[in-house]
Amino acid sequence: MRIGVPKEMASGQTLVGASPDTVKKLIKLGYEVCVESGAGVNARFFDDQFEAAGATIVSRAEVFASDIITCLDTPPMADLESMHKGQTLVCRMNPGANPDLVEKAQSLGITALAMDMVPRISRAQALDVRSSLANVGGYRAVIEAATAYGRTFSGQVTAAGKVPPAKIYVIGVGVAGLAAIGCGVSMGAVVSATDVRPEVADQVESLGGTFVEIPVKQESSDGYAKALDDEQQRITLEVYKEQAAKNDIVITTAQVPGRPAPLLITAEAVAGMKPGSVIVDMGASPLGGNCELSKPNEVVVTENGVTIIGYTDLPSRLPSQGSQLFGQNMVNFFKLTTPNKDGKLALNTDDEVVRGVTVTLDGTGMWPPPPVKVSADPAPTVKMEKEEPEPKKKMNPAVWIVPVAILAAALVWFAPEAMKGHFVIFELAVVIGFYVITNVTHSLHTPLMSVTNAISGIIIVGAALLIGYGNPIVQALSFVAMLVASINIFGGFLVTRRMLGMFQRSSEK
Amino acid sequence: MVIVNALNLDAGILANVQSFEGLAYIAAALLFILALAGLSQQKSALRGNQMGIFGMAIALVAVITVSLVMYAHDPAMAAILMVVAVGIGGSFGIFLAKRVEMTDMPQLVAMLHCFVGLAAVLIGFNSFFTTPGADTAENAYHMGEVGLAVFIGAVTFTGSIVAYLKLAAKINGKPLVLPGRNILNLAMLIAIIVLIGWFITTRGVDAGIIPLGAICVISLAMGAHLVLAIGGGDMPVVVSMLNSYSGWAACMAGFTLGNDLLIITGSLVGSSGAYLSYIMCKGMNRSIFNVILGGIKNEKVPVGEASEVQHREHTEVNASEVAELLRSAKSVVIAPGYGMAVAHAQFPVSELTKRLLAMGIDVKFAIHPVAGRMPGHMNVLLAEAKVPYDVVYEMDEINDDFGDVDVVLVIGANDTVNPSALTDANSPIAGMPVLRVWEAGTVVISKRSMGNAGYAGVQNPLFFNENSRMFLGDAQESVNQLLRVMDQES
Repeated sequence: MRIGVPKEMASGQTLVGASPDTVKKLIKLGYEVCVESGAGVNARFFDDQFEAAGATIVSRAEVFASDIITCLDTPPMADLESMHKGQTLVCRMNPGANPDLVEKAQSLGITALAMDMVPRISRAQALDVRSSLANVGGYRAVIEAATAYGRTFSGQVTAAGKVPPAKIYVIGVGVAGLAAIGCGVSMGAVVSATDVRPEVADQVESLGGTFVEIPVKQESSDGYAKALDDEQQRITLEVYKEQAAKNDIVITTAQVPGRPAPLLITAEAVAGMKPGSVIVDMGASPLGGNCELSKPNEVVVTENGVTIIGYTDLPSRLPSQGSQLFGQNMVNFFKLTTPNKDGKLALNTDDEVVRGVTVTLDGTGMWPPPPVKVSADPAPTVKMEKEEPEPKKKMNPAVWIVPVAILAAALVWFAPEAMKGHFVIFELAVVIGFYVITNVTHSLHTPLMSVTNAISGIIIVGAALLIGYGNPIVQALSFVAMLVASINIFGGFLVTRRMLGMFQRSSEK
Repeated sequence: MVIVNALNLDAGILANVQSFEGLAYIAAALLFILALAGLSQQKSALRGNQMGIFGMAIALVAVITVSLVMYAHDPAMAAILMVVAVGIGGSFGIFLAKRVEMTDMPQLVAMLHCFVGLAAVLIGFNSFFTTPGADTAENAYHMGEVGLAVFIGAVTFTGSIVAYLKLAAKINGKPLVLPGRNILNLAMLIAIIVLIGWFITTRGVDAGIIPLGAICVISLAMGAHLVLAIGGGDMPVVVSMLNSYSGWAACMAGFTLGNDLLIITGSLVGSSGAYLSYIMCKGMNRSIFNVILGGIKNEKVPVGEASEVQHREHTEVNASEVAELLRSAKSVVIAPGYGMAVAHAQFPVSELTKRLLAMGIDVKFAIHPVAGRMPGHMNVLLAEAKVPYDVVYEMDEINDDFGDVDVVLVIGANDTVNPSALTDANSPIAGMPVLRVWEAGTVVISKRSMGNAGYAGVQNPLFFNENSRMFLGDAQESVNQLLRVMDQES
């Protein structure tokens, strides 16, 4: 099948639905790929690069004649009209807010797949375009703030005096918020963050930020934060106001899907901020943003000298990176839906990920999908690190710790007086034995075993103590035991040394 | 033990000797702990080994002094015996350590385990001869400890000998499964427990030697039987388990003598060995009981499936095609297995690595936790061949990156790269974590022939994948050929 990548028509949209790198990967999956001439220019991907990757460069009409069309946003009506039954459109659609689009897709008889509707389950993270773009946007928000802020982010002590580090406060710790925290910390700022979901505190701290708690708890069943009730609202606004006054930069990332962004920073809170402070409102939209005074796609400077940035196109300001990530999400989607790598799209609607994005299937309305319940958080990058600890270890340790503890206590309790000490030492040594080698690197397993071989040669002590005993049988047995134990001692240490001498780093060569 | 004081030293000196003994034991125990801790990281490993040597030297000086001064009836004779024993044993040990090939390390380690087991048995008997059954509570404990020392020591002894013979290919590595093997093991274990109970009630050497002898004989049989039933691929677990046993044996010997240094050192080795076994089992996604008692079921693959697999085609390549593949790659991962050790292919593999690196190709090694026949076996072989250890990665570090790799070269590995572990719930190795080499662009598999399946006896669908290329022949010969081709063409 042929995949077509058109140029994005929306004004200000610099991204493109594929990069030369992702084109190569799509071809590997068995697809043919065509790209509209000049589609990637704004993302610094040029036609010859796409050609070198194996794509053909064609006109817009030809792109829309392809079997599958992948792009960022829903193409304009004129292009849609040219589509017909049997074709598939893969892009962001926001079907909840665009009922006419859903109808249009039905009447055209096409298959429409909304990539912004990927369910938030861990398996689907690899194809979640919202996470990818939010990640880029969060990074860019910090860069925009740094540009508007009249000072350096990192603190230093110079001959000309001390420079305090900038203080950044991030509201909403989703993917964008985490990216902003990571970027801010790496630029040397002191970053704190707030989210109504207290469980994200660990993630904030893992990136080097501090978590500011709000005395309101909320659990999320679908991976998103929800709107709050009035009383909660009042308390949170109070916290934001306080923090805004304390910090130099405020970055707000709150968006509730299908609704206007919640108000987080009131005009009153802005008035309380220091001159020179910067607010980046990532929720800015014509319906109202996170900040009462922000204007979409504009930079506003208030009377008290606070700069409010309301760019709604932050990901488009990193076009190459954004396109690459978006394209890779697409590749991952096609990987899922092309199990035989034969270039044939196979939509298995029993798969909840595929089901989630399917808006129409050959003209049949499929939206909305049945809900997918997750209690996960929407932070792909951080989550990977979090999930590392092997589930095996969690296998309720109490099950065996309790009997072992009882046994250990019983050993000491019932031992005759003269022997208690030995048992105590024994138990301590067992624990130490576990501890000292829990961090052993895999490559040293063999040397570790040979050194323990040598050390267990200490059994020679037992033989040596009895070798002078009056009884010849005992002496003979001790002699043999000493002999074999010495093999261990000398052989073990020597061979360990030999092995360790062989391990080299590449720099030592 | 009774202080003999054959040299007739006065009480003050004896007290000093005893204090010295105590201090030396603490110093040695601490040094051993530092030795093990040091061995867990490359940076500190050599220093760790030196700590161990230092600790051992202190312990030996102390124990020899104490033995001669306090316990020897004939100090001169005892000194001669000690010198001769340590002389012979030490030279033999040095000889072994110098001569051993790195591919034979598992055998050497197994052999060293058996010596500890033997020493523990001998010391158990000695401890019984010097302090046979008597009517005190302490003595009952003592007798129990003697029984356990002989039991664990004997199991370690024969178990290690069988492991050695299997690893050295002196006996068949296939598991020997006697009918009702688990019942047999259980019966032997119960017999030993009963015999130890009897042994505790005996008074005097003549009465006690019968149950103790029986314990010894049954334990010897049990050790051999346990290891005979386990096949070659599970050897990493067996070797680390025997390592643990040898520690517990030393520990028990320490209990029989009331010697804290032996207790501490034995438990250190015992628990660290147990942890290693745990890591190995985790590498195979099996429990320790499953490895010891279950073994891999040697059932044949269901007929239908097997014939289906055989009907599929594999693609063979020759050396120049492999050279071409490698030359056009940007990143290469080499996944070695036991086959590389058998063929002694580590040196040509290292040479190949150097060439590829010189050509600007990114080369990494991917090591499965249970590749080879003992924990860390592959790492030692690669280190011997001077492959820098920082290009050698563990499975967990590299498994997610195979998608970005152009060519994977599998050398003598089979089960550890078998995709059916993840896809086929009926596979005997289902659930075992494996290296996902098939995600790479091309997988070149160096293997002796298509005929022999891996240790688990399972056919490997990887060989029939579209992006797999079979590079058949002896691993060493194949890689050498590859090097020659690269020479000619460059």
